[in-house]
Amino acid sequence: MPVPEVKESFAGSVNRVTLGATKDSGGTRTSTVTVGGARNVVYGGSIEEAGEKPIIAMDVLDSRPDDWPDALAENYQDVMDSPADWAKKCIEQFGADLICVKFDGIHPDKQDLDAAHAVNVTKEVLKAVGVPLILWSSGNDEKDNQVMPKVSEAAKGENVLIGTVKEDNYKALTAIALADGHHLITHAPLDINIAKQINILVSDMGFPLEKVVTFQATGALGYGIEYAYSIQERQRLAALGGDKMMAMPAICDVGYESWRAKESKLADAPGWGDVKDRGPMWEATTAICLLQAGVDIIRMRHPRAVATVKNFINQIWQ
Amino acid sequence: MIIIGERINGMFTDVKDAIASKNKQPVQELAKKQTEAGATYLDVNVGTAAADQEGTIQWLVETIQETCSTPLCLDSQKPSVIAAGLKVVNAENGLLLNSTPLNKKSDEEVFDKYMEMADQAGPKANIITLTMDKNGVPQDVDTRVAIAAEIVQKAMEKGFDTQRLFIDPIALPVKVPNAQVQVGNILNAMDQIKYLADPAPHMTIGLSNVSQGTSERSLINRIFLAMAMSHGLDSAIADALDEKLMNVVATSDMLMNKQIYSDSFLKVYTAANKA
Repeated sequence: MPVPEVKESFAGSVNRVTLGATKDSGGTRTSTVTVGGARNVVYGGSIEEAGEKPIIAMDVLDSRPDDWPDALAENYQDVMDSPADWAKKCIEQFGADLICVKFDGIHPDKQDLDAAHAVNVTKEVLKAVGVPLILWSSGNDEKDNQVMPKVSEAAKGENVLIGTVKEDNYKALTAIALADGHHLITHAPLDINIAKQINILVSDMGFPLEKVVTFQATGALGYGIEYAYSIQERQRLAALGGDKMMAMPAICDVGYESWRAKESKLADAPGWGDVKDRGPMWEATTAICLLQAGVDIIRMRHPRAVATVKNFINQIWQ
Repeated sequence: MIIIGERINGMFTDVKDAIASKNKQPVQELAKKQTEAGATYLDVNVGTAAADQEGTIQWLVETIQETCSTPLCLDSQKPSVIAAGLKVVNAENGLLLNSTPLNKKSDEEVFDKYMEMADQAGPKANIITLTMDKNGVPQDVDTRVAIAAEIVQKAMEKGFDTQRLFIDPIALPVKVPNAQVQVGNILNAMDQIKYLADPAPHMTIGLSNVSQGTSERSLINRIFLAMAMSHGLDSAIADALDEKLMNVVATSDMLMNKQIYSDSFLKVYTAANKA
């Protein structure tokens, strides 16, 4: 009796998502990016099954951050007061695939800046760079519901990736993202059941699932990366198993989480090595680890970490 | 779970009448409704509705394909009727040939013929194979498993992917005298059939058979389905329009960790499983 072939193959795949709208499709982007499409686990199967290369979105804050460690901030001192220049630097000097504008400044506990400021930043960054944008809320539900719909409107037609929407706060932004033709980030707190539920909720509102990217929340190396890893892995396996509610590309926030780690920023730590190296290493290691679980878009901050991870991606997905 | 919607069958009066009057609308309605309810395949069986079985299955297939692209399950004991259906069916999204025993007194090579027909229809054409041979339907566990093993072996010898086999251990009406013991036999047989190949061949069952003639048909179907799924059943010919039954499918899939739990798991089951 012949031995049956045991090659692993899957019925489902990760959705392919294209961000950005060029002139032909009613936007002003000079390029678009496409992610997703994997038909196997990372490293599994043939190269044809690997899908699109993962991409790196570099963070640009809407206002000057006052809590960034020196090793990180020194790369941006000249541009921190101008999100447009900051975005340009990330693209032209550091090789970012796209820009994630993070609206920290609108948070009531930070600078409590208003919608007019956020709209202005959005327009300026759109003007400054030709790549697609990610527009990311502050995390304060009430303020985000006031500001983010205006941000969405300001980027109408540009097919940005906007978020995040959560199980208990999704209606306002989902509705406006749908109206403005954007892609949407659904956000769950490291909980696969809630991740699925939020996708169902936005789908019930008529938002097309093929325009959704999931954010499962991220844990950095030493700070819960194992939870993030196993959830990303489970999401990928569910997608491959044909679960349409889990078949979205995934985004993770490596930059912010890695630079919260004390190992990244504590200068006075004998025996830990130079603080200038630790942060970028922490960030790159976190990113590379999560790439192997199956994430498609990584938010990052330090140019050296970005270079290391880009090199890794180019070697693996070729 | 792969549900094969059973409603387009000439044994049902509405379908019989539609066939007699060549009225497409009821057939197309059933095709759409079953698809929306979560049927992966639609069974197509002329039953006793028409003398011209070949012509009628073609009419049914064409009628259904006018409204939806859900894969079909051509259901007849006569290879000539299946062959007629194959001439007009679109097998691009998948196809099931329903069904063949291992062999028959009148036709030793019947399973081979079905494999050939499936191969001609394309790589997505699968076969339902009954654990039955020229001696009839086995009454015990061991004979069921032995026939299933022969089916798997024969497929391997012919180079027919065992993933294209849907082995049916044959459900008998629980109400028939002395047939109650068969329910346990089927479950025990399933426990062994799933190890005949790796990955396991599909297993299917004509679910509604088990409740034939009983007073609590839907309840019996539901409970038996949940039991059989826990023994490896991954497909059933069933009434997809029975919402309570489909909820059992969704819940069993979820409890066995085949679907990720979410608060809306019942509601989302059909949407998540649509091809």
